[in-house]
Amino acid sequence: MRHPWGVESTPGQGAGRDGSQPPVLRRQDTRLDSYVDRYAARTHGMTASAIRALFAVANRPEVVSLAGGMPNIADLPLDVVGSSLQDLVLNRGLQAMQYGSGQGEPEIREAICEVMRLEGISAHPDDVTVTVGSQQALDLATRIFCDPGDVVLCEAPSYVGALGVFRSYQCDVAHVAMDEQGLVPEALREAVLALRAAGRKVKFVYTIPSFHNPAGVTQSLERREAILAVAEETDLLVVEDNPYGLLGFDADPIPAIRSLSDDRVVYLGTFSKTFAPGFRIGWVLAPHAVREKLVLAQESATLCPPTFSQFAITAYLAQHDWQGQIKVFAEMYRERRDAMLAGLADNMPAGVTWTVPAGGFYVWVTLPPGFDAQAMLPRAVTARVAYVPGTAFYADGFGSRHLRLSYCFPTPERILEGTRRLGDVLAREADLMSTFGTSVSGPRTPELSTHLAPGTNQA
Amino acid sequence: MSAPEQGSDFSVPVEPIDLPLPELVVVLAGGLSHERDVSLRSGRRVAQALRSRGLDVLESDVDSTLVPRLGETPDAVVFPVLHGEAGEDGALREVLALLGVPFVGSIGSASRVAFDKSIATTVVADAGLTVPTQVALPHEIFRELGAQALVAALGDQIGFPMMVKPSRGGSALGCSKVSTPAELPAAMVGAYAYGPVAVVESFVEGTEVTVAVVDRGHGPAALPAVEIRPDSGVYDYTARYTAGTTRFLCPAELPADVATRCADVALRVHEELGLRDLSRTDLIISGGEPVFLEVNVAPGMTETSAVPLASEAAGWSLGKMCADLVAVAAARGGRPAVVAPA
Repeated sequence: MRHPWGVESTPGQGAGRDGSQPPVLRRQDTRLDSYVDRYAARTHGMTASAIRALFAVANRPEVVSLAGGMPNIADLPLDVVGSSLQDLVLNRGLQAMQYGSGQGEPEIREAICEVMRLEGISAHPDDVTVTVGSQQALDLATRIFCDPGDVVLCEAPSYVGALGVFRSYQCDVAHVAMDEQGLVPEALREAVLALRAAGRKVKFVYTIPSFHNPAGVTQSLERREAILAVAEETDLLVVEDNPYGLLGFDADPIPAIRSLSDDRVVYLGTFSKTFAPGFRIGWVLAPHAVREKLVLAQESATLCPPTFSQFAITAYLAQHDWQGQIKVFAEMYRERRDAMLAGLADNMPAGVTWTVPAGGFYVWVTLPPGFDAQAMLPRAVTARVAYVPGTAFYADGFGSRHLRLSYCFPTPERILEGTRRLGDVLAREADLMSTFGTSVSGPRTPELSTHLAPGTNQA
Repeated sequence: MSAPEQGSDFSVPVEPIDLPLPELVVVLAGGLSHERDVSLRSGRRVAQALRSRGLDVLESDVDSTLVPRLGETPDAVVFPVLHGEAGEDGALREVLALLGVPFVGSIGSASRVAFDKSIATTVVADAGLTVPTQVALPHEIFRELGAQALVAALGDQIGFPMMVKPSRGGSALGCSKVSTPAELPAAMVGAYAYGPVAVVESFVEGTEVTVAVVDRGHGPAALPAVEIRPDSGVYDYTARYTAGTTRFLCPAELPADVATRCADVALRVHEELGLRDLSRTDLIISGGEPVFLEVNVAPGMTETSAVPLASEAAGWSLGKMCADLVAVAAARGGRPAVVAPA
């Protein structure tokens, strides 16, 4: 005779275990998170994601990951960096390991102005605030400008990490069309006017002018001027994010939008791609009144940006041919870009198109109508290749016909192999499409964008 | 429905046979399946639970270093916590048996049958248990016979709403509830993204419960059923792995006779499929009758999984339960996967 589990109606001890009586159990009634009713509204949507979980597989060496955005820093002179760090600790360690200024150390702010000069920006170190990567620059800028429900204009598509910041401040993102030269000025004007006519507060436009992530396109100088003209006309603030500007393959950098205007642009920069991301040092260049608020916001966020990292980067810039190093990086990335383009030309089925980046890390691929890159990702992972589905770069569920391929981290041989595998996946998907028809249309249910892209430490 | 004969009082927790513990437990987690991330979470929890009982534990992924590593640790017992293919389809278990490595859980051939929903459901139905109406279809058949005709036939045969699932896989990945014919093609494409065969089943409305079966040396015993109430109404990937989004009740709020039938069904499934040590059977209670959905030979052990809850409800810590399973596997020793015909 077997016993069902008896259940106590009142709190009591655990299961009886003498083996002769039905065990008496106290029923557990749990959500496995006792804080579930206490979270802030801004955590809504912070959930487990099946797509995000796939990137755990993509990170395995068997998989060619064309998904992540990790810079390849293998060419860095580790001996130079190592001896520079040793000197730093031995000679200035007590200062470098102490709290620093909330705005950032004066020496690195001067050096940052030298870096920005390469893209035509003339700035004073007083207007620079050092941040924990440019990601924190974006966070601080959003913190000081945006209330819940405010609108931020972004390119369609836009950087997934920026969409995550805007979401965390409960902003609404409105996407603005791009063409082969990036953000379309006329579409920007229409969006601002339409939103304002609808009573919405538009706080700024967020744009990545050079070697766009994920779209791979670059605004010409004329395009930058036209965008700035619309911003002037509509009294719109421009947040210019420029992580890749110095990583061009062909020509000198195009002047930053900030070089065309001192007071309409908040400019974000970083050492993550030109040196190394582990130091987590970026910056924001802003008009003085904005800068005052950024510094106060920075003090409440971190007290001060990492002092040791700032000293380390300052020493690297002083002791190493950092501009020569950027050229070495760019050559390496050019070779990988070429491998990607050659692989795509050889392996993509008819109807697939892609952008040709002149710098940076990414190619943006457009699939034929009916394809859904997000639904296809498990099939790709089975075939040992990974990418980021286009939906990650839209706040509104659009983008399923697109995917982002990155060529920054894998070797050229692996990139070619990845495109071969992706070609097979697309061929099989086309087979399914022809069987079942192209019924997929319109936006998906929007998911948190950061659910659809790998973590920063995933290849 | 006849009850299995072996053992007695096997839904009552009993102290395990006093068995020695091995020097080392190798917890296998990760792998290359779509459920790698879940497996890593399960593996970490099992490893910590075993360490809390004083066992020496090595956590290992499944890669080319595994076989040599097992060769260097001849006295180890392997605890596979691999979800999805290779881990649950029996392939890795065949290898462990081939190497003569003792391991926790079902042997390869039984796992292969249990993992494939199209096969397991048939075996379970043949044993007289209630299952949903189910059709298993490889994607080629749609191409060869024409999708429209097959979709229409599925609508007639199964009816709406229906469930579409990959035949092999877990964590509800690639599963959709389909309420209208128009939704079916996208659901099929979604399931085929996870594998070449999909099953289409009648949707069973009712109370969702899951019942673990554990053998700690006295024969299989059913743990109290865990009732699952996802806030969203759908126990999908998000509801499974986001703490706070699903309410679990253990034991389930069921009449005593229904709870007994759930335990009976889980034990019958465990026995009919020839499973060993540990399994978890997912059921829907419809009209007071448990309907079999699927069985897992490597059930989830994450912070939001049901088996650890059931173990604790039964009065055993997860560490105690896992350590007992390891002791049983160690006592059994490594055996060849191929069983000679009687």
